[in-house]
Amino acid sequence: MDLIAILQILESTIRMSTPLLFACLAGLYSERAGVFDIGLEGKMLAAAFAGAAAAAVTGSALAGVLAGIGAALILAAVHGLASITFRGNQLISGVAINFFASGLTIVLGAAWFGQGGQTPALSEGRLAQTPILDLFGIDGHAHPVLELFLGHGILVYVALLAVPFTWWLLYRTRFGLRLRAVGENPAAVDTAGVSVVRLRYAAVGITAVLCGLAGVYMSMGLNTSFQREMTAGRGYIALAALIFAKWKPVPALWACLLFGFLDAISIRFQNIDLNGIGIPVVIPGQFTNALPFILTVIILAGFVGKAIPPRAGGEPYVKER
Amino acid sequence: MTKLPRWADVVLVPLICLAIAFVFCGILIASIGQSPVVALTSMITGALGTQTGWGYTLFYATNFMLTGLGVSIAFHASLFNIGGEGQATLGGFGVAIACLFFPWPHWSMALLGSITLSALFGALWALIPAWLQAKRGSHIVITTMMFNFIAYALISYLLVNVLKPEGTMDPATARFDKAFNLPKLADIFGAVGIPFSKAPPANIMLFVALGLAFATWVLLWHTRLGYAIRAFGKQEKAAVYAGIGPVRITLYALLLSGGISGLMAVNAVQGGAHRLVLNSVEGAGFIGIAVALMGRNHPFGIVLASLLFGFLYQGGNQLALATDPVTGEQLKIPREVIIVLQALVILFTGALPYMVQRPLEKLFAKLKGAA
Repeated sequence: MDLIAILQILESTIRMSTPLLFACLAGLYSERAGVFDIGLEGKMLAAAFAGAAAAAVTGSALAGVLAGIGAALILAAVHGLASITFRGNQLISGVAINFFASGLTIVLGAAWFGQGGQTPALSEGRLAQTPILDLFGIDGHAHPVLELFLGHGILVYVALLAVPFTWWLLYRTRFGLRLRAVGENPAAVDTAGVSVVRLRYAAVGITAVLCGLAGVYMSMGLNTSFQREMTAGRGYIALAALIFAKWKPVPALWACLLFGFLDAISIRFQNIDLNGIGIPVVIPGQFTNALPFILTVIILAGFVGKAIPPRAGGEPYVKER
Repeated sequence: MTKLPRWADVVLVPLICLAIAFVFCGILIASIGQSPVVALTSMITGALGTQTGWGYTLFYATNFMLTGLGVSIAFHASLFNIGGEGQATLGGFGVAIACLFFPWPHWSMALLGSITLSALFGALWALIPAWLQAKRGSHIVITTMMFNFIAYALISYLLVNVLKPEGTMDPATARFDKAFNLPKLADIFGAVGIPFSKAPPANIMLFVALGLAFATWVLLWHTRLGYAIRAFGKQEKAAVYAGIGPVRITLYALLLSGGISGLMAVNAVQGGAHRLVLNSVEGAGFIGIAVALMGRNHPFGIVLASLLFGFLYQGGNQLALATDPVTGEQLKIPREVIIVLQALVILFTGALPYMVQRPLEKLFAKLKGAA
């Protein structure tokens, strides 16, 4: 394997990590506020569809991004209604949202565009691929190292910047303190005169915006159209990354880069033949695909540092007893 | 607030949830320019209008009955096992081993063999999440979900690299010996003189599933273990105080849950496809969640709910082929409408029950006041 190939894999790692990172941070806000969200996948999928559909119809990437975020917000509102207002089961609500998005995107896609659930290929409505390189007039292919760092769409940098921003918001602002508190001990927050319901809705809203960005990046940045089930379990991998990172923003970045790297590897190689470096083992592609989940189970098992979720996670808050 | 009468809670609430889901899907179908009435009638004729349609409906219902029972046993222990999909996938591996590597003299022996192995593999696949839940407190939802993905990767690897016959491209096992084919409903009904269509794959597993539903009822309400499972699910601290071991009950409930979900593969793989293919479960593990919720976690309710979902599944398949009775044009309704319906049933019965219950409670309180 030569240097160019390594650079290509690293570049692909950054691309594949971006939707994971958005979705992982999305889950972080919600779960840190005490609302479990296994519906990340569904929100991403809905956003990917709405974004690609709106961009295809209007020809505007901005309209696509807004539509994607809007779709995710609608699903998040349902989740909020179920898990905050009506104090239902947050996990079941998440499962329902995933199925809802999976079915609805295909039904609407087939009805609107008649391509079996796919949206038309984007041309002008696509997110700019290399805006920074274009700005400076650099040819990415001639400068692979520059391309690795600067040759990505805006959303990639937004995702990376969202990590320090999330850290600052969670640990250095009043809102962040309250958000974390409401996930650990909502009664204390309530006693302090802060609305638990409003805080949790705010968190679920932020989750939706980030899921929306994850989705539109997949259908309008990584690809040129929406395809059925295109998120392919990435919402779940993001959830795994969140556990892997123990619900903290900076470790979330490393976890998403690791899982994105696995994704990049399995796209490039079917099976990984280690004979080339003197080890007589061929790692099957299926193993690489399952590795994020296997690693997360190991972390969950507590063999390598225990992952402890926010204490009030998954429990609806009842004000008066 | 007055409590709802039992019949209203058990019958009315699920029916209202179902009605809301149907209305929503009707609006969805209308919004894509199709007629919801035509859609519903073609689903009914497709699933219930012919013996073949009925046979398929019962075949799918058998799948959902088993996965639904699996989900419900864990639910009774307050454990949400969403790993039915993975457990049934591994169950399929058990069926493949039983049907490919053993020279059974008779189909009934092959059936016993595949029942044993599929339940064993399904239970084994639930064992690690169960152990992690019981001993380490890792959330069962997260671990079973992870195990669904690991199961898919594992089966994909086994099919491509181990079980696939030489010289074929398809990631599937060889066909099982014809002698191991399970008796179909046509054979069973034929034996008592009732003619039935030979086409659908509905088979003897329907009766096994019904028997299991009864056995589950006996287990949950008439045995010590069932009592322990329900007590643990209702109030863990009280159950532990009463001497019920939390680790033991968690393990039992989830092993039973995984084992029954694994049995679904006997129906789908040995009864239906006669070989193990990549996606043999086809979402039945997830539909089991909807079935358990809709059936109010009671075996009788689950049997009814699985018939409903069997009808929806088969009706949905027929939607893709149906034509408009007036214009004769092909309907343009994708079968995924059923996934939306399933999602709404899960949402309303599982996550938003209070939304339906509370107005009903008010209504009943008013009626009581008036009387």
